[in-house]
Amino acid sequence: MEDLDGRWRDLNRLLARPGNIVGPGFEPQDEWIEFLQHQVRVLCVGAGGLGCELLKDLALSGFGNIDVIDLDTIDVSNLNRQFLFRMKDVGKSKAKVAAERVMERVQGVTVTPHFCRIEEKDRDFYEEFHLILLGLDSLEARRYMNQIACSFLEFDEDGKPDLSTIKPMIDGGTEGLKGHARVILPGITPCFDCTLWLFPPQTKFPLCTLAETPRSPAHCIEYVHLIQWPQEKGGEEFDSDDDTHMQWVYQQALKRAQQYGIQGVTLQLTQGVVKNIIPAIASTNAVVAAACTLEALKLVTLCSTGMNNYMMYVGTDGIYTHTAQYERDTQCLVCGAGVPMQVSPTATLQEVIDTLKESPALGGRHLRRPSISSGSSNLYMHGPLEESTRPNLRKTISSLVDGDGSILQVNDPGLAGPMRVSLQFRQS
Amino acid sequence: MIKLFSVKEKQQKEAAAAHGKLKQSPGELRLQKDISELNLAKGTTIIFPQGKDKLLNFEITIRPDEGLYKGGAFVFSFNVPTSYPHDAPKVKCKTRVYHPNIDLEGNVCLNILREDWKPVLSTNSIIYGLQFLFLDPNPDDPLNKDAAQMLQNDARSFEHSVRTSISRGAHIGGSYFPPCKA
Ligand SMILES: [Zn+2]
Repeated sequence: MEDLDGRWRDLNRLLARPGNIVGPGFEPQDEWIEFLQHQVRVLCVGAGGLGCELLKDLALSGFGNIDVIDLDTIDVSNLNRQFLFRMKDVGKSKAKVAAERVMERVQGVTVTPHFCRIEEKDRDFYEEFHLILLGLDSLEARRYMNQIACSFLEFDEDGKPDLSTIKPMIDGGTEGLKGHARVILPGITPCFDCTLWLFPPQTKFPLCTLAETPRSPAHCIEYVHLIQWPQEKGGEEFDSDDDTHMQWVYQQALKRAQQYGIQGVTLQLTQGVVKNIIPAIASTNAVVAAACTLEALKLVTLCSTGMNNYMMYVGTDGIYTHTAQYERDTQCLVCGAGVPMQVSPTATLQEVIDTLKESPALGGRHLRRPSISSGSSNLYMHGPLEESTRPNLRKTISSLVDGDGSILQVNDPGLAGPMRVSLQFRQS
Repeated sequence: MIKLFSVKEKQQKEAAAAHGKLKQSPGELRLQKDISELNLAKGTTIIFPQGKDKLLNFEITIRPDEGLYKGGAFVFSFNVPTSYPHDAPKVKCKTRVYHPNIDLEGNVCLNILREDWKPVLSTNSIIYGLQFLFLDPNPDDPLNKDAAQMLQNDARSFEHSVRTSISRGAHIGGSYFPPCKA
């Protein structure tokens, strides 16, 4: 690859020329490539099946500054679809190897790996990025990233989101032959918590069934994993990434299955049950990652209108996709603006609570015993922590919260769920 | 789609305003609601070893005032995931107790902790469930098979074993149950 002239010819046709299907506000210009290559910073969360695809697609679509974060190491079973990895990489960091491979193949791209948990990075780390792409497999990790992305969001006095504080996030997910891609613009499109109902809880087997009346190979595996391991291994923490641990569970589950005349315990099933693995299919990952990357390109450049806001993909009979425009939950605890309430910064917490109770706009008449928190601290709570939080009632609100625009979270038996109140400081 | 980027504007934003801190997760907020609305029976107490702002780990002590387990004090640790109430808290019994539905590792067989958990349930529901386990141990759903069999075959010896283990400590079926008087 000596002569790179013409490398971005096709992309440039899309970005430098006006068109009929472009998004509102699109400005065709040659500088887009330069902008993608050198200005925009993208974070790819996850370097697994989806992550490998995302990194490849992003790099080939002109994104020149990519960071990737993943705490996992490469396992043999990843090699069928996580195509950036080779046999000799087994045991190494996914993020590091993926970054290295993409930089080898795509000239001029910088991929910076972070071999750690997403929780190990602070909010400042995430703030650096203009765009976050998620290639994750758990709801918990998605919700964590969602909380981070939404924590940057600020609203103006009319409750409209301040566009300069929006941290866009594009999420991909696959499960066997099905998948989804969605665009989250906090404050504009629904966040994860707005549409939590999309994720049904997983069923758990009752412990006593596992112990007394196992009926399936999964029951035998779960028994060994949850009950027999702690009994026989004393204090040793079970590690699903440790091969000897997995082998032990497999062997014991096999014995138990024989005892109860149950067929079908295999090492693969053992790993599946213990790690809660859903079969991953290379092409589903490719389809979903491609959709996500296209959305990233459209979101940054507006070269096309873009997805609004959730695309589901079903590959079971042919290819079926449907894009739904889900609605935000205006009461959402993570991305909601909160109900504005004017208070004097010198008012005590007790006075703020009284104002809250007297204000019909805040549903005050429903409030009986409000408990209040802000940021990560509980300011005043009823119940067993009443005594230890009571001294706060006499403190001024400005000494308890982070300043004008702070959000109070209010819980009350009269409310179905917590309410967000946005404090507007006014000198009385 | 809305316009968020422009090649002409500098993309690096000013440092965020001071109040953009990470907040309590929705799970913690929901737990805050549960805790502030707790309705603890007489003899049941709660402690938060990590203080008032760290609600996700706490301990409940149940002291039944009737039934076979009267006079005992039983400590349960609650470990609440941030995905609460989507997922149930993890509950373990820290007191070694001779009970058909609690094994020697502290696993507890209570339907709402696993297969019957629903997000509308609360910490209160679990505490009720645990209190009920001491009033009405269920030999049909055993985790401690030995205890279940004794309860079924010889209720009087079972009662005796439970009472002695609570007041003085006892060896039952090869395991030692230290005293756990309230
Ligand atoms: Zn939301």
